Amino acid sequence: MTPDLEIRLPAEMMRTDAGSAEVGRSKTIGQWLLIGAVVGWFSLLVFIPLLALARRVLAGGCTPFLNALQEPEVRRAFGMTLGITALATVVNTIIGIAIALVLTRQRFRGRALVDGVVDLPFAVSPIVAGLMLVVLYGPSGWIGQWLEPRGLRVVYAVPGMILATLFVTIPFVVREVVPVLQELGDEFEQAAYTLGASRWQTFWSVTLPSIRWGIMYGVTLTIARSLGEFGAVLVVSGNVIGHTQTATLYIHEGVESFHPEGAYAASVVLAAISFLLLVGMDWIRKHLEFREGSSS
Amino acid sequence: MYARNLSAKPGRPELILRGITLFYLGVMILLPMAALAIQAAQPGAQAFWEALRDPLAWHSIQLTFTTAFLMVLINAVTGTATAWVLVRYEFPGKGLMNALIDLPFAIPTVVTGVMLVALYGPNSTVGTVLGQYGWGVIYQKPGVVLALLFVTYPFVIRSVQPVLMELDRAEEEAASTLGASSWTTFRRVTLPALFPSILTGSALSFSRALGEFGSVVMVAGNHPLLTKTAPLYIFGEIESGNRHGALVVSAVLLISSLAVLLALNLVQRRWEGDHDA
Repeated sequence: MTPDLEIRLPAEMMRTDAGSAEVGRSKTIGQWLLIGAVVGWFSLLVFIPLLALARRVLAGGCTPFLNALQEPEVRRAFGMTLGITALATVVNTIIGIAIALVLTRQRFRGRALVDGVVDLPFAVSPIVAGLMLVVLYGPSGWIGQWLEPRGLRVVYAVPGMILATLFVTIPFVVREVVPVLQELGDEFEQAAYTLGASRWQTFWSVTLPSIRWGIMYGVTLTIARSLGEFGAVLVVSGNVIGHTQTATLYIHEGVESFHPEGAYAASVVLAAISFLLLVGMDWIRKHLEFREGSSS
Repeated sequence: MYARNLSAKPGRPELILRGITLFYLGVMILLPMAALAIQAAQPGAQAFWEALRDPLAWHSIQLTFTTAFLMVLINAVTGTATAWVLVRYEFPGKGLMNALIDLPFAIPTVVTGVMLVALYGPNSTVGTVLGQYGWGVIYQKPGVVLALLFVTYPFVIRSVQPVLMELDRAEEEAASTLGASSWTTFRRVTLPALFPSILTGSALSFSRALGEFGSVVMVAGNHPLLTKTAPLYIFGEIESGNRHGALVVSAVLLISSLAVLLALNLVQRRWEGDHDA
């Protein structure tokens, strides 16, 4: 009965002909065909390009790879990326927890609207996000024309790159912490408060320990996105070569230059970091399992 | 921090916290969006229309929508099949595959582009072989679709997978016991149950694809009227100093993306309403 369903489905979905007469025999073949097709598609799309990159970089052995990473330009770019990532992660984690608390523990008019605003950065193309910041903070922008005469450069400088990274990563911690706070309810917080704990004590010793895995998941997503942010940062960085380059900007510029080794090597490093973050996310998710299904 | 349910009025700390978060969201998200919208609209409807009718601008928007639409069609089918295989079957390598599915979300988009260039680029083995048959991937439209397929790969899978796991198989079994063929069972029983999640994953990937830049810029090269999608057009116009042209196409992208997500939200609410009833 059920196995029967499993045979024909693959055949139909892959738009191949499966004779309904030989259901009994073609059963496993149909299943394996579907599995093969799915694994093949995954390999073609994700796995093989990954291997191609690794091969391209490591073809000449480890030494050229390590040498390419030693170049001052590469090191400076990674330093910049790590600095911006650290700052954006700290700021958006603290504010993200605050936003999640306000959204789940406070009742006020327009709360649903605020909830929607938090998700807006997901709907914005990175390039458009960068353009927004240029329009606002550029030399003739609403805020820029006021800051510029005071010697504060935002756009085409590091502050703009930080703002761009902050913009694209705002939703992550909020979106991971809100469902955990909702699931948790506020009974324990109420109890602690009734027993005489201050608000700060309540947060620090009751709320925070219960939402820590949610926070960690959000932080991991924030780090991954900050490390990889490109479009928004590209627009606000202008074309100042050298001191305002992040790792992704360096890769973009380097791949098409005459000396792409550094860019390829940097790509491998970023891909490896993403993979480690993914492993970390998998591990964190196991601790979050109780709220599976409540998301999406 | 916490508004007490018992005390009707929130205390000062609650109001301060609310004020800080609303201020942050306002300055960081709403203000830049407002600046963009107003500057795009300021020269008037006529100028907006003119900028949109620029052949390069219009082509970039069309290309963005067609490639995103093609990507969604492919991802809806392959994503559902992948979720099905991961939920219903055991096979060697399943653990590794399940772990790597989310990689496109974690990996920087520029690195995605580099990977595709390394595999299909003019200097690569695959690229050379394909080139001999006249099939170009990199700097051609297929490259753009491939990049979009990569960056949105997990959306449909991760949306369908949990629904498929929760799905009660008794209904499928009942249908086939009553004589329905397996295809009929899938079409009439399983697919309707999965449909909302397929649509959710598709809408999210479509919205993401409209704005995709990093991976596309690496594989598209610089070919106006061939591979220049809307985000690439916007970047080009910023670089060449045509601020208004960039703003107009940005506004179109932003509105389209928001419309897709809003429509999804409304549809989801109706489904939830049906579910409760």
